[in-house]
Amino acid sequence: MPKSSPDLVNLPPVGIVGIVGEPVAMTHGLNGPAVVLALYFALCLALCLGLSISTNAMAQETRPSPKQSTPSEKQAAPMAADPALEARVMAISEELRCLVCQNETIAASHADLAVDLRKQIRIKLTQGQSQQQILDFMVERYGDFVLYRPPLKASTVLLWAGPFVLLLAAATVLMRNIRRRRGAGPLKALSPDEILRAKQLLGDDPLTLRGSGRS
Amino acid sequence: MKRYLIPLIVFLVMLGFLAVGLGLNPREVPSPLINKPAPAFKLPTLAAPEKSISSQDLRGQVWVLNVWASWCVACRVEHPVFVEFAKTGTAPIYGLNYKDKRDDAIRWLENFGNPYQQSLSDTEGLVGIDFGVYGVPETFVIDKNGVIRLKHIGPVTPEVLKGTILPLIKKLNA
Repeated sequence: MPKSSPDLVNLPPVGIVGIVGEPVAMTHGLNGPAVVLALYFALCLALCLGLSISTNAMAQETRPSPKQSTPSEKQAAPMAADPALEARVMAISEELRCLVCQNETIAASHADLAVDLRKQIRIKLTQGQSQQQILDFMVERYGDFVLYRPPLKASTVLLWAGPFVLLLAAATVLMRNIRRRRGAGPLKALSPDEILRAKQLLGDDPLTLRGSGRS
Repeated sequence: MKRYLIPLIVFLVMLGFLAVGLGLNPREVPSPLINKPAPAFKLPTLAAPEKSISSQDLRGQVWVLNVWASWCVACRVEHPVFVEFAKTGTAPIYGLNYKDKRDDAIRWLENFGNPYQQSLSDTEGLVGIDFGVYGVPETFVIDKNGVIRLKHIGPVTPEVLKGTILPLIKKLNA
């Protein structure tokens, strides 16, 4: 993936140098869309990277909550409704899929089962269990499906790698198309007739044929 | 030719995936408990709440655990299948009365018949959670060593009983 983007950046100069004797207007015509495509591709890449960074940021946002809650936990412990504990319950609930509604987290769902599972999380937290222990408890019973962040294993490789494989495939097709379009230029050498006609139009100096409109 | 063939192939592959996807039931989440020991439990019976049955008591036999509730409409659909099945005496059926009121449950069994050796009252639904129950009805087949061999999600139809559950019980009893 990182290899392809420098290639694309280098395209325009290679294009101008490589296609000798071709009218300048045409090289622009070819490179114009190529540049646009390269920019578009870079934009997609940036978006992908941006998304992964922002999800990382989100992941970090949900995790420190136990740390933040430690000071207040001491104060709020005697109270029946402990906001710090509740925040931790919600943070863990956000990681779990409600099996009844399937597209909702246990935190968001009003299904009976979700209420029961939140209760279980609360009980287990008060027993001093860690987030990982609680997630393991859920996976033991309901499988990986309950996790909104599925673990990377043989059965989920396609899930994790699929989008990047598709992106890579699309980039390869794009590169090949650009190469082919550019390659089509120099293959068509001028026929003797055409050279003769060009000479008549431009004068005898052979340099004017090569030069890009210098005269 | 190749130009047109490749998009066509890509399209057909996508069509294939979509066709298979349409045939799947997203509600049926495969249970990680298959071929694992059934969770331990000790619950009061519905008929006599002062008596209780534990998972240990049911060892040494192939048995069926049917999760049901009086508030569950789909349970009424499958119930006649279990009533008939109980008459054959192939394997004992135990009911897990899930998050139900005792009076409602007893009345329900009076109305629709009682195929269960015993029903266990899981009023809080905690044993249900241990079994990974996320809807009612669900049915488990548990072998002599207390290992879960099958989980069926949704009502048991005569086809499921004849095609899956009965052959499995026969195999496990052999």
